[in-house]
Amino acid sequence: MTGGPRVAVLDVETSNLRSAVKALERMGADVTVVTRPHEAAGAGAVVLPGVGHFGEAAERLTSRGLGAVACAAAAQDVPLLGICLGMQLLLDASDEAPGARGLGLIPGTVRRLDTPRKVPQIGWNPVEWSPGTALGSVGDPARRTYYFVHSFAARPTDPAHVIGRADYGGPFVAAIARGPVAGVQFHPEKSSRAGLALIGRWLQSVRDGAVRRLEMPT
Amino acid sequence: MIRVIPCLDVDRGRVVKGVNFVDLRDAGDPVELAAAYDAQGADELVFLDITASHEGRGTIVELARRTAEQVFIPFTIGGGIRSDDDMYAVLAAGADKAAVNSAALRDPGLITRCATRFGSQCVVVAIDAKRRAEGDGWDVYLNGGRVPAGRDAVAWAEEAVARGAGELLVTSMDRDGTKDGFDTALLGELSGRVPVPVIASGGAGTLDHFAAAVVDGHADAVLAASVFHDGVYSIRQVKEAMAAAGVAVRPIDDEGI
Repeated sequence: MTGGPRVAVLDVETSNLRSAVKALERMGADVTVVTRPHEAAGAGAVVLPGVGHFGEAAERLTSRGLGAVACAAAAQDVPLLGICLGMQLLLDASDEAPGARGLGLIPGTVRRLDTPRKVPQIGWNPVEWSPGTALGSVGDPARRTYYFVHSFAARPTDPAHVIGRADYGGPFVAAIARGPVAGVQFHPEKSSRAGLALIGRWLQSVRDGAVRRLEMPT
Repeated sequence: MIRVIPCLDVDRGRVVKGVNFVDLRDAGDPVELAAAYDAQGADELVFLDITASHEGRGTIVELARRTAEQVFIPFTIGGGIRSDDDMYAVLAAGADKAAVNSAALRDPGLITRCATRFGSQCVVVAIDAKRRAEGDGWDVYLNGGRVPAGRDAVAWAEEAVARGAGELLVTSMDRDGTKDGFDTALLGELSGRVPVPVIASGGAGTLDHFAAAVVDGHADAVLAASVFHDGVYSIRQVKEAMAAAGVAVRPIDDEGI
């Protein structure tokens, strides 16, 4: 291995940015925190972290031009990973902010958790991964139990885009993917070894894939 | 899954109570301890800043910053948070949540301001409760349990949640330090009244106590300090005992990454 892939982490002023960066670095990534679109040029992968409100984050993505970075990555086949709210932003819209537009990279919407249990879900929950996904881990539950903090969850239109499911008083979507775009509802950067291992697998898939460098207009 | 949470008391950036772990280069360093608890299978951590001097308080922000670099489980900072700017400082440094206690009792609007600015999921309200000498119920205390707040614990819990608390950290002053078990009556009363998670604190002494906090007290998480720091029980022992009692806990990954 000759140095980790260069990963652009999009800064939408989310409180998990720092933790996400540290976890990526721990697993060997060469991280650049991006506040303006051109800073993402040349990245081999892009991460969209997120905590907070869908509408505000969608607005920030648009006003800073960082939504365009995520869309350029998807269009150019550069791997893109959304975390928590960053995953929800990959879809078209959310009940949390009617009228606000997501990135539309994975068709579907985001709905409030349908559960008799306490919302937000705050805590650890095992994920059932679809067979064959590069992100997932099968077998020992200790290796696929992650930390969640959320009130909403993704509802992709096409079930084929669901790669991980979990249960919180009812089933919900824990991970989604479509081509180079993937998203996880949980926080791998806060999920101890299981989370770091997932980040490691994602970085490995970036290395294993065709080497592409994100092109952004300057 | 029920969370198991070690609590570390920190004074001017150093762990106060002795910790009996082997293989630590510096047993007084909260970050090194936190990483050790992460490796042992702790689900979350709470740092309680008991620094008395005003000058020493910046150390807690530095602690949050260093912890976020080296520890990959959620952590909460409590103690000495008096304003939403205080809370911003620890969250921006990398803490996942911050706990308010006395300051929220003096100014309940603080909870609302913090929840609006950072989201309820970041805002923990810590409640120190003591059973009334006469009659039913529990009173709330502030300033580390020295001063009665003149509030009923259940009423305060409901108000705190209505104002935006995302989680309650409930310490029984009657049980704290006794090792007689969590106050399951207090926990059960509060858990039934609020729609947010309740962290049980105060009184852990035997392995049975942890499951009882959940089965009888309906707690969503269990917190302890001395039984972990003194090496009385490991995180694994507590989790195994809880699992044996039918409580769902996160399994521990032994193999590393």
